[in-house]
Amino acid sequence: MRGERKAAFVKTVPVIASYLVLGFGFGVLLVSRGYPFYWALLISLTVYAGSMQFVLVDLLTGGAGLLSTALMTLLINARHLFYGISMLERYQHAGRKKPYLIFALTDETYSLLCAEDAPAGLDRYRYYFNVSALGHFYWVLGSLLGPLAGTALPWDFRGVEFSMTALFVVVFTQQWMDARDRLPAVIGLGSSLICLLIFGPGQFILPAMGMILLLLTMLRGRTLAGEAKA
Amino acid sequence: MTLHGVLTVAVAALVTALIRFAPFLLFPPGRPMPAYIAYLGRVLPYASIGMLVVYCLRAVNFLPLTAALPDVIAVALTVLSYRKLRNSLLSIMLGTACYMILIRVI
Repeated sequence: MRGERKAAFVKTVPVIASYLVLGFGFGVLLVSRGYPFYWALLISLTVYAGSMQFVLVDLLTGGAGLLSTALMTLLINARHLFYGISMLERYQHAGRKKPYLIFALTDETYSLLCAEDAPAGLDRYRYYFNVSALGHFYWVLGSLLGPLAGTALPWDFRGVEFSMTALFVVVFTQQWMDARDRLPAVIGLGSSLICLLIFGPGQFILPAMGMILLLLTMLRGRTLAGEAKA
Repeated sequence: MTLHGVLTVAVAALVTALIRFAPFLLFPPGRPMPAYIAYLGRVLPYASIGMLVVYCLRAVNFLPLTAALPDVIAVALTVLSYRKLRNSLLSIMLGTACYMILIRVI
């Protein structure tokens, strides 16, 4: 048990800063709009989706309808569909831990767990569970510290959110160096860039997902050949 | 503390969970997974991370060009240091520190 927890902690160190600081920012924002601190706790515990929670603050204070809240959530979090499909096999036999593993499949958890398997000799589902729960813990802790510490960070942490970008860049580079077939990575990056240029930063994710699926489907035979005899 | 507030949070939580659970509900472990879905499961991690990188950098402003410099330099440093040293945490810290300094200097 200790081994899994220790390995999971080491694995999650890269997300501590961004989760704490972004959670902090979310908590401060929510409280500044007149909500008590335990709302930040409630939302971070149950929704647990970074950018969605910032939008949720606007939806709450703006009195948005439930249907538009549902659609907005669908739009912002649609990319998580890809994560589930990627983790179908990995989480297949996770047993009682499976529902929580799926619930906690955020951008960060996914990027920590999709690239490589659990370290040898460890119970892999315990390891996945610990990685997921630690991320959740940092996020909830950050959202509580924000409201409790006041309205501003004690230091100037501006720019620390880049650690999230850096995490994804590192995982991308790691996959790029290790992959036998780089085409899926090129398709992901290229489709997203093209759609960003066409549709703009607010609406490019759905078209990008469509383009990625289309291209991957069209190139299925080729990529399969490239991946054969793994 | 309003009912509307509670319902709004509930809807956001439910829809988020639904998106995360959907693939697992559609393809339960008992039945053989369609080959196409298994294929997507193999290639999507690569494509999704590429998409996430663009997602994180979506708001970077390239006009004027100097406005994009902190992001460009910090991403380049992250990639190059990782290629050289193969240490995830070190590259993330280097890239982030570089970014935090550059946005204050440029």
